[in-house]
Amino acid sequence: MVDITTPPAGMYRDKEGMGIWPHRGKVAAVGIGHSPTARRWDERPETSVGALSLLALRNAMADAGITGDQVDGLVVVPDTTTGAYWPAGKVVGADFLAAFNQTNDVLDGIAKLSPEWIIANMPELTNLKTAWSAGGCTSHALVVAAEMVGSGAAHTVLVVKGWHNYTGRYYQGGANAEPTSSGPTKWSAPWGGPACYGTAQQFQRYMMKYNKTHEMVAPFIVNSRRNGLMLPEGYWAQHRPEPITADDYNNARWVAKPANLYDNDIPIMAAGAYVFTTAERAKDMAQKPVYILNHASDRTRARSLALTFDEVEAATDSTGRKLYEGAGIQPSDLSFENMYDGFGLFHIFHIEGLRYAGIKRGEGVDLFQGDISIEGSNPVSPSGGNIGGGRTRFWLHTDTMQQIQGRAGQRQITKKAEIGVSGGPTPTGGNFLIWSATPD
Amino acid sequence: MPKQSPIADDLDRPFWEAANNDRLVVQNCSSCNRLQHPPQPTCQECGSAANLGWREMSGRGTIYSYGVVYDTPVAVMQPDQPYNLAVIQLEEAPEINMYSHLPGSPVDDVTIGSKVEVVFEVTAGNGQKVPEWRVVG
Ligand SMILES: [Zn+2]
Repeated sequence: MVDITTPPAGMYRDKEGMGIWPHRGKVAAVGIGHSPTARRWDERPETSVGALSLLALRNAMADAGITGDQVDGLVVVPDTTTGAYWPAGKVVGADFLAAFNQTNDVLDGIAKLSPEWIIANMPELTNLKTAWSAGGCTSHALVVAAEMVGSGAAHTVLVVKGWHNYTGRYYQGGANAEPTSSGPTKWSAPWGGPACYGTAQQFQRYMMKYNKTHEMVAPFIVNSRRNGLMLPEGYWAQHRPEPITADDYNNARWVAKPANLYDNDIPIMAAGAYVFTTAERAKDMAQKPVYILNHASDRTRARSLALTFDEVEAATDSTGRKLYEGAGIQPSDLSFENMYDGFGLFHIFHIEGLRYAGIKRGEGVDLFQGDISIEGSNPVSPSGGNIGGGRTRFWLHTDTMQQIQGRAGQRQITKKAEIGVSGGPTPTGGNFLIWSATPD
Repeated sequence: MPKQSPIADDLDRPFWEAANNDRLVVQNCSSCNRLQHPPQPTCQECGSAANLGWREMSGRGTIYSYGVVYDTPVAVMQPDQPYNLAVIQLEEAPEINMYSHLPGSPVDDVTIGSKVEVVFEVTAGNGQKVPEWRVVG
């Protein structure tokens, strides 16, 4: 019997002053697996989010050189929506139902993903003991997987996150089409801010406070797309290998000024999976181990309705301090950074909180005016992130592992990749990890 | 500007009833002397519901920040794009904020730090009034 639960609430390193992470250097990532990407689901069973997730999981096991019977832990992100929801009343196709073993939820594997569904469709996991359903995104799942291994709840853990995207413009139907608003959104929906509005108003305050411009962000977006086009796993590289220029960025249509089209990411179908294990077992697996030195989480909630830029600065400062404290490192120890970028503008808040490359508050966009490429001494978002690879929230982790393993291909940073940082999603409420080529 | 009509519930009805009478109130815990908005079932400081009440505000505030919306998913607002969307801090409680379309301010002609005053606008869906904010001085 597999014990299926949510992660224990007390495992998060969400406070300062917690000291070195007790499992520092004792947990390692060893395998990476991806599905192909697609813009939208074509309604075939073999391209459903469930199928993509199974493919990613099996690719990750193959990458690590392990078989299903060696896996005793599983972490699944149950949320798979990009913002697209299964249309009310639409019947799940008989071909999908025939192709996979079902759980008691008919949308499982098609509009959501439970550990039960994965287990029902991966008979090779014969020794699975523990499975956690970790809501949200990959960063959360990786943090709890690190604790699952570190605490001994499991020794070799598979982690998976899948995304579904359907036809049509997302967020347009449902409550947004109504003449009235009820529930928690009644305080905001009548004012009609799109998803990126919160980040936009924070960035507006940033520009005012530090006397910066939106155009100063262009080199970051251009660099992210460039890196993304060297990410063979990503959407843009696979389907639309189009570089963008600073002019493209500066002339793009606004969504919520000062956030434009390129400050937003493109929703896609994809799945990513990882293998975590103990540092001890990692030595016998196929890939070079990437050791986890620390993880940290932010649990800031807005004091009032709108999350303010002041709150974002306080939260990201604290995340930086927590990460360095628990890993026992300094900002200057980072070889590169892969903080989250969906929305692109808050990548600046993340890296300022980290004091990446010696920057202080208000200097993130100044850094972008210099060399932030993979060839330079301060690589910014070598994965290309969501901006360069589509909305998955996992390219950042994939690339961090690949950089440290020395198998990032065309994206491999010129300097030695020894310690990296990745995590997200948003500057508040995110989960973050420090990764290293060595356990000490 | 046309917008969705909020539907009051048992928790926040005093806020919306006050708005219909052109008054701005914010939920307050008299034990903690702490305002909170949006209203919650309990005080987020002491966890108690026993001392929650409503405090009338002056209706004066400041523009903390803003954006200009060009692509909203909310159908009723799409004909009015682009439009201003500001975050307003209350004068006597800057930690409390609300959204505003800044009626009377030209699109993208907004200065952070400007003083604003509350006005109440009728919404079409059910006639509920909502607080809005106009730049003064
Ligand atoms: Zn209280």
